[in-house]
Amino acid sequence: MPAEAVAYMERTREYYEAQGFEKPYRWAQFDEVPFTLPDKPIAESRLALITTASLHQRHETDPRRVMSGLIDQCPERLYANDLFWDRKATHLEDINSYFPIDRLKALVERARIGELAPRFHCVPTEYSQRRTLEKDAPEVLKRCREDGADLALLVPL
Amino acid sequence: MCLVAHHLEEAGVPTVILGSALDIVEHCRAPRFVFTDFPLGNPCGRPYDADMQLAIVASGVALLESAERPGTVVRTPYDWGSDTWRKEYMELRPEDAEAMQSRGEARRTMRAGMRERRRG
Repeated sequence: MPAEAVAYMERTREYYEAQGFEKPYRWAQFDEVPFTLPDKPIAESRLALITTASLHQRHETDPRRVMSGLIDQCPERLYANDLFWDRKATHLEDINSYFPIDRLKALVERARIGELAPRFHCVPTEYSQRRTLEKDAPEVLKRCREDGADLALLVPL
Repeated sequence: MCLVAHHLEEAGVPTVILGSALDIVEHCRAPRFVFTDFPLGNPCGRPYDADMQLAIVASGVALLESAERPGTVVRTPYDWGSDTWRKEYMELRPEDAEAMQSRGEARRTMRAGMRERRRG
């Protein structure tokens, strides 16, 4: 019997409450879930990689926007200093544990995936859902389309 | 990230999320989700375990192919090996109460400053 998954929503609410925030954060919730079936075999498709990590160290006051990097010039590490992740239990020294660049390349080599889109995308996690919906998500879609991506793999930390 | 997945799917791009926050992703109902019950930070597998990482990423790719309906969740079989992180993550200890309040205060001041500058 696997252990019960951590109740992150409840914990986050309690955490902010302890910081004196009165209005609890509301996670997005939808009645309808959009769903698209792949229109060609995965082995012939181009896949875009999307992360919540960042190309640079982010400060809380920095403007937040979607940034992209070249998959063939992927940095050795990305940054997640402003994200919630378990700094006590683990670390981000191995990029493939949160940004599986070499594992995806291996799947391309094995012809499991057609190819990788030329750019990967770093999406800021926004407190404002409106901003994500109106600015960041359309920007990611635009860049995926420019790159001819057929599929997207999203890896939030 | 869930919102981005929804937006891409609506526009005709199939998506899969690899992650470790099951309740959050289920709440917002990701189109496809591969869940690994690890501490937040390593959604693609334990650091330096290339075989596990490859298997998790391959599960995501397989789910793109196999999912027939939205909200399909696959749970990977991996175990972190210890359970102490489950209790310790974001744990609120009574002795930290004051520090938490001042951290909140600092955050509110910073946000107010940002709002001011935007209006500026």
